[in-house]
Amino acid sequence: MKKTKILAATVFAAIIGLITIAADHIDAPAVSGTSADITDFYAFQGEDTNNLVFVANVQGLLSPDATTAASFSENVMVEFNIDTNDDKVEDLVIQAIPRDGKMYFFGPYAPTTTGLNSMINELATKSEVAISSSSAIVANQNGMKFFAGPRDDPFFMDFAQYGEIIGGNASGFNSPGSDTFAGTNVMSIVVEVPKSEIGGSGTINTWVEAKSKQ
Amino acid sequence: MKIFKIKYIAIAVASLLMVSCNNDDNMMEETSIDFSGTFVQEDQMGRPAVNTVFVSSDSKDAFNTTIPSQQGAMFQSMFQANLTGLSPAYANDGDANALGLDAATFTGLLATDVLNVSLDGTTTFYDGTNVLTGRALADDVITVELLLIFGGEDFSENPSLSNDNVDANDKEFSDSFPYLASPW
Repeated sequence: MKKTKILAATVFAAIIGLITIAADHIDAPAVSGTSADITDFYAFQGEDTNNLVFVANVQGLLSPDATTAASFSENVMVEFNIDTNDDKVEDLVIQAIPRDGKMYFFGPYAPTTTGLNSMINELATKSEVAISSSSAIVANQNGMKFFAGPRDDPFFMDFAQYGEIIGGNASGFNSPGSDTFAGTNVMSIVVEVPKSEIGGSGTINTWVEAKSKQ
Repeated sequence: MKIFKIKYIAIAVASLLMVSCNNDDNMMEETSIDFSGTFVQEDQMGRPAVNTVFVSSDSKDAFNTTIPSQQGAMFQSMFQANLTGLSPAYANDGDANALGLDAATFTGLLATDVLNVSLDGTTTFYDGTNVLTGRALADDVITVELLLIFGGEDFSENPSLSNDNVDANDKEFSDSFPYLASPW
């Protein structure tokens, strides 16, 4: 009985996985559709031009119904990486991890180890914001601003037609195109930080990582 | 008899208290939140759609778990093979895009998947003047990438492939934090 249930669940998960891969950004099969599946990353100057804004989105293509039930996994830490000396190795990180309805942030701080495996230094600057539902809850702490929760997916693209082209079923895009991501949501983490804390001036390299607790 | 009853009640009350103590997470919240452990990388992203477009299907997870400083050495040749296989604008030796980047140089830039961000002013993927100084919400990054992949030396080649004709988001962005639009 139990074995049958597990088998059925596995088959079901495999089918869902296939559908998700077919529709998603197709770039992280191992974690597709989970809150470790990064859909997008943005970095831009804030309304206050002394600040830089980082946006990490996870779990793409959420319908409005699915959004109500969506959550950040407490096993997944989202890490913004900042390289200030152009060696493509992070000099600073900002880590975001949810606990009991809040998103906690650590940093920016210099991690003791870089690369694929990370720990959280609880002595680093610590901030928190309540995870929003539909209306945005914003926290101002330690000179930074924080948000975590569902948002309209800011990404726009005729991804479906791109798939047709790559699949050999179409010779080009349509005009007008159709935004595959229209009407869908993502789970979003937004941090606004003073430029003075992430290098001050010049050019930085930055990327975002999703890391799961082992 | 009476003593027994009192004992029972005392035990019941005590166990109730203990249960409610254990269940009360808020009591200890500030000191008891567990952030310990090792967190292992599963996904990463710098520039938009790079993994989606340039990494072959069976290498996507490997790309996501290779640190940026090693991505160029491990993936540039795959990027170049996929670029020249995908785009007629890069079919011939000497082909370049509007930034003047030939296939090897262009894929060398892209294979190290980090987003370059200026701390000194305009932050945009490409706005006609500034190139790769960040990524703003309204940037039409896909059309920019399609132009750089398919558009050839002056953005004029393969017009049906170099613009998806979706130029803006389906909701307005805000000028103020958190900038992204409310969910549907």
